[in-house]
Amino acid sequence: MSLYHLQKFLYELNRDDSVKEKFHKDLDALISQFELSTEESNALREGDIGLLYVLGVNGQILMHFAALLGIEWFDYLEMMREGINKYGPVRDGVYAMTGGGESFAEEGKER
Amino acid sequence: MSLVYAGVLSHAPGITGRADLVKNTEKRDEFYAALDKQRQEIEDSGAEALIVIAAEHFANFFMNNMPAYCIGIGDQYEGPIEDPAWLKIDKTKVPGAPNLATRLTKEVMKTVDTAYAEEWKFDHGIMVPLNFLTPRYDMPIIPVNINCQGPPLTPLNRAWEFGEALRRACDSVSEKVALVGTGGISHWPATPDSGKINEPWDREFLDSLMNQDKEALLRYTDEETYQEAGQGGFEIRTYITAAAAAKGQGDLQFYTGELPIFAVGCTVAKFSISG
Repeated sequence: MSLYHLQKFLYELNRDDSVKEKFHKDLDALISQFELSTEESNALREGDIGLLYVLGVNGQILMHFAALLGIEWFDYLEMMREGINKYGPVRDGVYAMTGGGESFAEEGKER
Repeated sequence: MSLVYAGVLSHAPGITGRADLVKNTEKRDEFYAALDKQRQEIEDSGAEALIVIAAEHFANFFMNNMPAYCIGIGDQYEGPIEDPAWLKIDKTKVPGAPNLATRLTKEVMKTVDTAYAEEWKFDHGIMVPLNFLTPRYDMPIIPVNINCQGPPLTPLNRAWEFGEALRRACDSVSEKVALVGTGGISHWPATPDSGKINEPWDREFLDSLMNQDKEALLRYTDEETYQEAGQGGFEIRTYITAAAAAKGQGDLQFYTGELPIFAVGCTVAKFSISG
């Protein structure tokens, strides 16, 4: 419901080192500054990339967040696939999965 | 006439970030060589500043206040916003060209209501091109953004007119200016389909682009592009703007769909400056 605010949170986090510091020091205080649903707050707390993807977070915002969490590229792609398996298709935005969940890069198939 | 160079190139973060994972190293190195040739051509043009027409990814602009177009008039920029270890590009400062950029903006504004910004953080969309084109970060950069991420997006005919306005602006100043457009063609970045490339679609688009086929270029609709070329295909706006600025025939110096780990059909091209 509050996808806008969820993306705003990640946008601020991705681009601002002082927000990153708050993220690491006092995440609850940071989260309380945004109008987020419980589901969204929990997804952020748990770094649930799959759920954030399914909720419709723009992939460019989510990609930067995954990088911030130190998630390797092919693990990040797999987390989105797992999110779809667990929570269903992407609910909003233009970053829906259009393929069958296969890897399009040879380097990602051998993992 | 002071536009001295115009070209296009890809900017996907994997181009630097996943360089070490690539299996097809021969093709990768061919691509890097083409980018280095582009660097040389820009240097040889005598350019005093480089305009980078980018499609940024929420480093500066968000849906709270989204400009269709924006020109950077700051004296210094910083980037990348991404984790440097992930992008494999160190955080750095990049010089701007405030005086020149302000004059260009004034000229553009005669026909296009562009926004401007004195603050601008670069993401991979600008840092990856600069990593190859100005590796010492010593060339004054004028960042230009076209919103290709948060719909509603500017129509393609307006992107063309923006390119014409940039050209008029460049021709109105005495400095030598180079310009590159950087975007993806067909691609599905940051989705599980990352690495999918519609090479026939890319080749048809690039053919129209190189031939300055304005009618064909402006015929694409976002609905068709989304179906055939993914949400990443919305970034064709940056290429169309660069072509409209150059006005001359294009030379596709490099294209491959064989590096899907970079999540885009890797492209390097230049245009002759005419008209």
